[in-house]
Amino acid sequence: MLGAGAAAAVALRAQDKNPFAGDAKAAKLGESQFRANCAFCHGLGARGGGRGPDLSRAQKHHGNSDADLFRTINEGVPGTAMPPNGATQQGVGMTEEEIWQVISYIRSVQVKAPAQPAGNAAHGKELFYGSAACSTCHMIQGKGGRLGPDLSTTGSARSTDYLVESMRSPSRRLAQGISEAMKEFSQEYETVTVVTADGTKFLGVVLNEDHFTLQMMDTREQLHLFEKDKLRSLEKSRESLMPAYDQKTLSDKDLEDVIAYLLAVGAQ
Amino acid sequence: MKRESMNRAIEERFLASLGMTVGMGAAFVLLTIAACAAPSARAQVTPQRLLDSAREPQNWLMYSGDYPGRRFSALEQINTSNAGMLVPKWAYQTMAGGKFETTPLVVDGVLYGTGQDNRAFALDARSGRPIWQYQRALPADIRPCCGRANRGLAILGDKVFLGTLDAHVIALDAKTGSVVWDVTAVEYRKGYSITLAPLAIKNLVIIGVSGGEYGIRGFIDAYDAGTGERKWRFYTVPGPGEPGHETWEGDSWKIGGAPAWITGTYDPATNTTFWTTGNPSPSNRGEGRAGDNLYSNSLLALDPETGKLKWYFQFSKHDDHDYDATQVPVMVDQGDRHLILQANRNGFFYLIDRSNGKLVFANPFARVTWSDSKDASGVPLARKDASPTLEGNRVCPGAAGATNWMSPTYDPQTQLFYVTAREQCDVFSTAPQAYEAGHAYYGSAYFPNDDAAPFTGALRAIDPNTGKMKWEWKHPSPTWAGVLSTAGGLVFTGDAEGNFIALEAASGKALWHFQCGASVYSSPMSFAIDGKQYVAVAAGSALFTFALP
Repeated sequence: MLGAGAAAAVALRAQDKNPFAGDAKAAKLGESQFRANCAFCHGLGARGGGRGPDLSRAQKHHGNSDADLFRTINEGVPGTAMPPNGATQQGVGMTEEEIWQVISYIRSVQVKAPAQPAGNAAHGKELFYGSAACSTCHMIQGKGGRLGPDLSTTGSARSTDYLVESMRSPSRRLAQGISEAMKEFSQEYETVTVVTADGTKFLGVVLNEDHFTLQMMDTREQLHLFEKDKLRSLEKSRESLMPAYDQKTLSDKDLEDVIAYLLAVGAQ
Repeated sequence: MKRESMNRAIEERFLASLGMTVGMGAAFVLLTIAACAAPSARAQVTPQRLLDSAREPQNWLMYSGDYPGRRFSALEQINTSNAGMLVPKWAYQTMAGGKFETTPLVVDGVLYGTGQDNRAFALDARSGRPIWQYQRALPADIRPCCGRANRGLAILGDKVFLGTLDAHVIALDAKTGSVVWDVTAVEYRKGYSITLAPLAIKNLVIIGVSGGEYGIRGFIDAYDAGTGERKWRFYTVPGPGEPGHETWEGDSWKIGGAPAWITGTYDPATNTTFWTTGNPSPSNRGEGRAGDNLYSNSLLALDPETGKLKWYFQFSKHDDHDYDATQVPVMVDQGDRHLILQANRNGFFYLIDRSNGKLVFANPFARVTWSDSKDASGVPLARKDASPTLEGNRVCPGAAGATNWMSPTYDPQTQLFYVTAREQCDVFSTAPQAYEAGHAYYGSAYFPNDDAAPFTGALRAIDPNTGKMKWEWKHPSPTWAGVLSTAGGLVFTGDAEGNFIALEAASGKALWHFQCGASVYSSPMSFAIDGKQYVAVAAGSALFTFALP
């Protein structure tokens, strides 16, 4: 029996096409698996959360064929927070059959055609490096500032809703920074103000910290590595250093253009 | 008889090589024993030694250190005045990924531990050098819910005992690591696995199962330590005709969960072993299993010789938040009061009379929103609107709990109970699904409630007389590290940021820390060799030991 099972599993994997393609029942089973194993980052409806990309988009950064999706789910994506199947602490490992069911579910919520970018990406780029001044703090493909997260892949890794929220109310959910292996929660882009023993004050973002030490970048992009007990004071805030871009600073149209730029870059 | 004559032959050959006869041999053997007696008479671990573990504080003979489950070391060489001088002595690398959750045992200079993927090892506890290493060949289709972890061994006689991810119970020869016996506790393909350290009582090895995410029917087993023969099984979900069966709707008992996946404790005075159980299945959906769902999320008092239930206490009735009660039930005596202390995953600290299972009181030790009332006997009850919903319901603590399997400690000197608290709330949503054997069966999804961020943690010192907090040490984020207390006036714990920390037990003041390089997912212990005290903790893929220079 074991031998037969293993052979069947190999057969499932060997095929590049989902054996349950278009099977509504499989999609329903896949939804349960998705909620238990994937929704933690990708949101309940697969439309992305604060942590993972919107999977209802037709375009996917790590490939959109059945075989690509299977590989991404089963093996994870190195260098990202996407773990191999079964390696999360929240979910259990899925069988290959269950992975195909999840793929059926993703197909069932996926929009039919690649969305035509609503905005003007070229204008978005101008805003990014120009009047909107995003590049003061954010880098894209090696160009820009260092204080905020690198946005080269953010367009592919986050839902549009999340991108809008990040610009309109950046303190609502702070962006995530370093993710350490085995550490449950990633460091967030918290704001920190320290005063050293000699009275020097630094304002910046937390790159990482533990109970005893702090690693930060100040607003002039200088790294500072502190032992907390040697500081005169240390104050953290969840009020992001990123200014909230309201309608006056960035119209809905311009916001759409910046997002179109982020999506265009992310798709590369 | 055959074996004796063989030994005799070996002895004769050996003595001959030294130019001695068997007659002279007796004196030689005596000399050898005398030479070995200090510091390490490598004798067998008898049941009596386990009962008298307090007489040999240099050893760590069971998962929680002693039968009451206090995780307290009577060693005091490392103390509040010198803890700041602690240095690493050696590290042992399993080179395995995933959570390294072991609490090692130390017996007469040998350290026994387990690693990821059912590794086991025996080390020279002075140097960290391996004596033997074992790794089970696991089937490819095991799918343990929460990491390929194992928390440790039990030792009895000349064997160590291990539960495996494919739900076997195995006895290894303590000197060689050879498999002495290997029994299938249950079919792993139905979703069972074993991750806990067994508990040895008299000639029995007592062990429970994991699998609350798969719709298993939980149980606690006892095996003959010599042969592996199963002596009894206590199903934590009662079958037809048994008391408690009526607390399950229809056939839901067959897949009712209630796994027992943390090591129990033992009271020799009343010959009672105390075990705790986990969530009913599916963990986050109560529909289809109406009733209290006994004995999920309960404390069980069992007769170790028969497995007969003496009494039970259920912490969370008809749970739908995954609030497993699988925290070590710590025995503490106060005058003529014989108590069990438990800081439960559901956020309440419980004091229970262990002579009858009656609640003394329950007080929250962390943020709790699932309960806002108590019954006449003071047992916290769930709010009606706290259940998971399709669109998601925010509840504290989150599914990982206000604490979890990481061990607490009771320090008889400060008379305080120390527990790792987690402050994390989750959004619980339903995901109705049909049961299928061996497949994940949550009935729900949950994820962190970002509105409650940042999530934090703390080591909290609780006065068991009142349930009130005496002090706390704040962790930057929730941690999975347990706590050790020592007669040196210290408590040791770890954090998710990788620090291993020594604190003053009376005040919570940090005296020392060491950066292990990865989150600590284990509970520390202490031992001594040659009169030198060590503290050990697993982090990343390494087991670290520390001592004074």
